[in-house]
Amino acid sequence: MSYITKSPWVIHYDGSSCNGCDIEVLACLTPMYDVERFGIINTGNPKHADIFLVTGSVNEQNIPVIKQIYEQMPKPKVVVAIGICATSGGVFRECYNIMGGVDTVIPVDVYVPGCAARPEAIIDGVVKGLGVLAEKRARLPQELAEERAQRLAVSEADEAEAVITVEIPGDAKAAAEKGDGQNV
Amino acid sequence: MSKRTIIPFGPQHPVLPEPVHLDLVIEDERVVEAIPSIGYIHRGLEKLVEKREFTEMVYVIERICGICSFGHGWGYCKSVEGNMGIVVPDRAEFLRTIWHELSRMHSHLLWLGLLADGFGFESLFMHSWRLRETVLDIFEKTTGGRVIFSVCKLGGVRKDIDADGLKEIVKLLAGMKAEIKELTDVFLEDYSVKNRLVGVGVLSRDEAAELCTVGPMARASGLRQDIRLDGHGAYAKLAFEPAVEEDGDCHARCKVRVRELFQSIDLITQCAESMPDGEISVPVKGSPSGEFVARMEQPRGEAYYYSIGNGSKFLERMRVRTPTNMNIPAMVKTLQGCDLADVPMLILTIDPCISCTER
Repeated sequence: MSYITKSPWVIHYDGSSCNGCDIEVLACLTPMYDVERFGIINTGNPKHADIFLVTGSVNEQNIPVIKQIYEQMPKPKVVVAIGICATSGGVFRECYNIMGGVDTVIPVDVYVPGCAARPEAIIDGVVKGLGVLAEKRARLPQELAEERAQRLAVSEADEAEAVITVEIPGDAKAAAEKGDGQNV
Repeated sequence: MSKRTIIPFGPQHPVLPEPVHLDLVIEDERVVEAIPSIGYIHRGLEKLVEKREFTEMVYVIERICGICSFGHGWGYCKSVEGNMGIVVPDRAEFLRTIWHELSRMHSHLLWLGLLADGFGFESLFMHSWRLRETVLDIFEKTTGGRVIFSVCKLGGVRKDIDADGLKEIVKLLAGMKAEIKELTDVFLEDYSVKNRLVGVGVLSRDEAAELCTVGPMARASGLRQDIRLDGHGAYAKLAFEPAVEEDGDCHARCKVRVRELFQSIDLITQCAESMPDGEISVPVKGSPSGEFVARMEQPRGEAYYYSIGNGSKFLERMRVRTPTNMNIPAMVKTLQGCDLADVPMLILTIDPCISCTER
């Protein structure tokens, strides 16, 4: 078992899939394929998840849902697009309500083809995702440091700007000092 | 007067693999009102008839839903075949019936698993899905696909099952019977399971008729309604009586589906025994120009397929009405006045297929 160093927790969201890939994702967890024996758990909470499995393509209404789930997941995170619909839109590509694959909304790391994707292919995709996860984890400290530096730079610039631009009118300032709760 | 709160349910919720959103208006622990909102899986595939030829459209219609995929394909074929006056060979109708009943078994086993997961009986969920894999193996062996297998085409079917194959299927299913019995006895007899299901979400016979419920939902409330009774496919030549229960609660809905599991095994065995010889498909010539309505009994209830042609390779319009669409009003009705903890049970016992509903 030493070759598995990480048991990822996955979260699954059905974009506009036909259920075919969704039931295959669930089939991975059940006794025939049983990935739970490696500690891989399907969680309902984005904040517990490492890998985001998206089935089906994207439409106008589920864009905010997919974005929210993605943003709530802690770093490092990996997105696996399952099935041809999540990859490119597949057979529904020309439908009026289909915007295309999941990569039109969030960055995708692994694509699993198939209609419906077979459980073996999905498991393979998740294993490939583990590699990406390890790479991202290695890069994470540097990324966080860069982000922090950027944030600091932005807030410093904001402060400098604030000193110059904020001018409070005399009477409003007096009201605020009096503290009568008026919204200035 | 207690305070009213609104709890959002979904679209991403652990109980259902599919996104549906409900606003549950709660007074203490009691649900006063449930307001469903849908549209997360709408693709607009009916409009694809303008871009895909009627022979290619089968592939799109099959992907309305991955669970009752075969039934959708058959329904569409039936509608266009009726439109063009094509007579499908008997052997093809028998083969279609076998795959359709296998789909019903796989759908009901899947549903039993989700129900068990809904009331927190994880090992029962695993066992249901383990049994389901046997059915998927039969699909894979006979068609090559596990969930979407595109074996139905206009004028017949693509693949044949030989006599040995049929014998093997019958043998496998006979072996499954004891295992299914062991599994379903837990659903029907176990004290703690009954505690969650008996008397929950009662829908009376009159309400079921008034709200136009279909399929197992209607049959659990005492309505003898099953489209297979009209004798399409091979059903006219098979001995068959729909499973009807009187109680109208979650337990009755479970019982109907359990009885249908055994009924499907029986129907497939009958089909295999009386399988006629002959062709499995006839060539399709020309283009559809009339209009036709076909009805199918899907695992979830009556589905309706309307097609109108204009003499060209592209249909003028294709319309599908799916069973979940008809059962949502009944679901909303049973949700009113239920306990908050029973909400997943009530949503699951209509066996919702959002993908079918929104297309």
